[in-house]
Amino acid sequence: MISFILRRLASAVPTLFIVVTISFFMMRFAPGGPFNLERPLPPQTMENLNRAYGLDLPLWQQYLRYLGNVVQGDFGPSYVYRDNTVDQLIAMGLPYSIRLGMMALLVALIGGVAAGTYAALRQNSLTDLLVMSVSTVGVTVPNFVVGPVLTLIFAVLLAWLPAGGWGDGSLRFLILPTIALALPQLAVFARLMRGAMIEALHADHIRTVRAYGLPPRTVIVTHAMRAALLPIVSYLAPCAAALLTGSAVIESIFTIPGVGRYFVIGAINRDYTLVMGTVVLIAIFVIVFNLVVDLLYGLLDPRVRHE
Amino acid sequence: MTARITAFKAVLAATIFFAAAPSWAENVLYRGNAGEPTTLDQHHTSINIEEFILKDLYEGLTIYDAKGVIVPGAAESWTESDDGLTYTFKIRDNAKWSDGSPVTADDFVFSFRRAEDPKTAAAYANILYPIKNAEKINKGELPVDQLGARAVDAKTLELTVAQPTPYFLELLAHQTALPLSKANVEKNGADFVKPGVLVSNGAFKLAEHVANDHLTLVKNPEHWDAANTKLDKVVFYPLEDQAAAVRRYEAGELHVDYNFSADQLPRLRQQFGNEVHVSPALATYYYVFDTRNAPMNDVRVRQALAMGVDRDFLANEIYKGAQQPLYSWIPPGLGNYGEPEKADFANKSQLDREDEALKLLKEAGYGEGGKPLTIEIRYNTNPNHERVATAIADMWKTAFGAQVSLVNLDVSSHYAYLQEGGKFSVARAGWTADYGDAENFLALNTTANKTFNYPHWSNADYDALMAKSYTEKDPAARQKLMHQAEAILVKEQPVTALLVNNDLWLVSKKVQGWYDNANNQHLSRFLSVQN
Repeated sequence: MISFILRRLASAVPTLFIVVTISFFMMRFAPGGPFNLERPLPPQTMENLNRAYGLDLPLWQQYLRYLGNVVQGDFGPSYVYRDNTVDQLIAMGLPYSIRLGMMALLVALIGGVAAGTYAALRQNSLTDLLVMSVSTVGVTVPNFVVGPVLTLIFAVLLAWLPAGGWGDGSLRFLILPTIALALPQLAVFARLMRGAMIEALHADHIRTVRAYGLPPRTVIVTHAMRAALLPIVSYLAPCAAALLTGSAVIESIFTIPGVGRYFVIGAINRDYTLVMGTVVLIAIFVIVFNLVVDLLYGLLDPRVRHE
Repeated sequence: MTARITAFKAVLAATIFFAAAPSWAENVLYRGNAGEPTTLDQHHTSINIEEFILKDLYEGLTIYDAKGVIVPGAAESWTESDDGLTYTFKIRDNAKWSDGSPVTADDFVFSFRRAEDPKTAAAYANILYPIKNAEKINKGELPVDQLGARAVDAKTLELTVAQPTPYFLELLAHQTALPLSKANVEKNGADFVKPGVLVSNGAFKLAEHVANDHLTLVKNPEHWDAANTKLDKVVFYPLEDQAAAVRRYEAGELHVDYNFSADQLPRLRQQFGNEVHVSPALATYYYVFDTRNAPMNDVRVRQALAMGVDRDFLANEIYKGAQQPLYSWIPPGLGNYGEPEKADFANKSQLDREDEALKLLKEAGYGEGGKPLTIEIRYNTNPNHERVATAIADMWKTAFGAQVSLVNLDVSSHYAYLQEGGKFSVARAGWTADYGDAENFLALNTTANKTFNYPHWSNADYDALMAKSYTEKDPAARQKLMHQAEAILVKEQPVTALLVNNDLWLVSKKVQGWYDNANNQHLSRFLSVQN
């Protein structure tokens, strides 16, 4: 088990190296640079800026320099947010993204599993239809629509909750962004769960435990649920990585000080170091959660063993 | 409907009451700012959302008052030598930093040297280029101590300019010319911008900064005019999503909001009436013709295309009145410049313009029976720019039978292409003034301007008039020279101005002391909130 984890972590190093290398050069293929602004800068200023950030060096030197710094955990200065390094920006924003993402993940997971199970047990009933219709809407309506609609209703018209901002971080500031962030994922979980549960309920071993006369509750929770959770767990890895590293849309609609916006802002402004920093961050989250999921598989599915 | 609005307003009022309740005694202004400041370092700054914050924190030698007029700031008075080359500023005796130490001439010298030091890589180093040797220092050709800025004594600052600069006092009110506490920056280095470390000499000091959430300023009791600062606190919210910002204003969470989407204008006007402020800015939206190539090297083609654009349609249909048609090169609103020079087609109807344009094109050998007119419009990716380009393409197609294609690139690529001399036929550009003087617009099109003369236009008369305007000491004569230069420009149309941007603000009725002005200057120290 331990050696499995160590092996997986060791294999992450070349993966990260490839991610860094590809994204470094891809960024540089894009025309323009971090200092080509709508309000253009005079050439002398550009020259000073490029020199100050080492952008006047040959590309391979910049690459080696960057790689050397990344190995030491230094992602360099941000070209857009000049008061901060990329490390500082991520360190400041990540706790907010993780807190919001965690809440959204819990809401999506619990809500999705409950709704999916409920629908599966009443397959083809009116309730099933209702749950599935709502979840279809959840998947198809993008969160840049859900977010503003929620604010319009609960902040502007009813004035029950704040329209945006992190405030003091209390629950009332987080309710709307959490719902907007969780809804699409909740819908995915519900659909996955319903399908898997229906399949599990028709499995041979469930028929066997039913024949033994076990109470329906035990049959569902202890036996069917365990098998039905497998697709949910597979989806958990990309979902958690996406939610915990923040959403650019939700963060800008609700003014959440997280890290989700940095990838988009960085890409638009050619803030090379900021984009690289967020790409590596997301890569790390994906690697870690894939590992977690593989371990969970071992717990849930007796056929999987990590030696 | 009325009943619903009343109910809505009651709810709104209740929210505002409860939101304001804990800080009842405090006078707090909640300002929606159109994005997160990328820096609080006056030498790294380049955008106005930073300017609003920095000018609340710091005070330059000169400042803009509530109406956007230059008045004394940290300097109580100044004298100018007869040759116009030496300015002597008397810094206020009671000008102090927020840590209680006095603001000295040395702080200004330190700050200006830092701005020009190539190692600082100041985004707006060029604002202070008129100061003697500044440009050479910025290019690394001279050491920083050669800058024409000298502390005569603790409270007397002498600035030398290389040549008479009639708009020098305007430049000193720019955010790049804001002073720094020498002692504080030397002690804390790059960290001087952080809350708890930042020391400022303006009406407010930095209390808190949570990036992408809020930035709080509190009144600076050490400011020389603190007695007249009514606000205790100013909270800036970085609201890059314009629609979200409007919702927060509607929810009563903001007193002031800067920049909303133009398509919201009719609705907001209906809902908020005179809380909606539409104020012409010193910012233009224009199209550039690449005069190096046929057919755009022919002045008749340029004039014809300029006439073929229905600016009223762009302003009213696409921008819903959030922008205004522009026929001159200089936007209106520059007090000292007066009425700008309009193109002669400005007073004609669009139909007459098109008739005349067709004649001009025929003379040039294009259009019906002549050579086909093929045009490519380049613009930076943006839904509004796309609508403008599509509309203009349609106007040129319909009126002149031109073949028009569109190309868009993201903003960095677009401007890099123009600045690096890439060939094109027509391209979009915009310009926002750095200081309130016509020179700031006219200098873009001189032959010597290698970066911003996107059309690569060269006109000896124009260059001569501009050169003369720099040495002209009499303000009225100088304005006249610039008017003559502008007249040449609008006749030649290497660039054709289309629209003047408006600054869009939502300002609650509770805010007192607000004046719209073309310089878009709104220092919080002149504002107060009536609860």
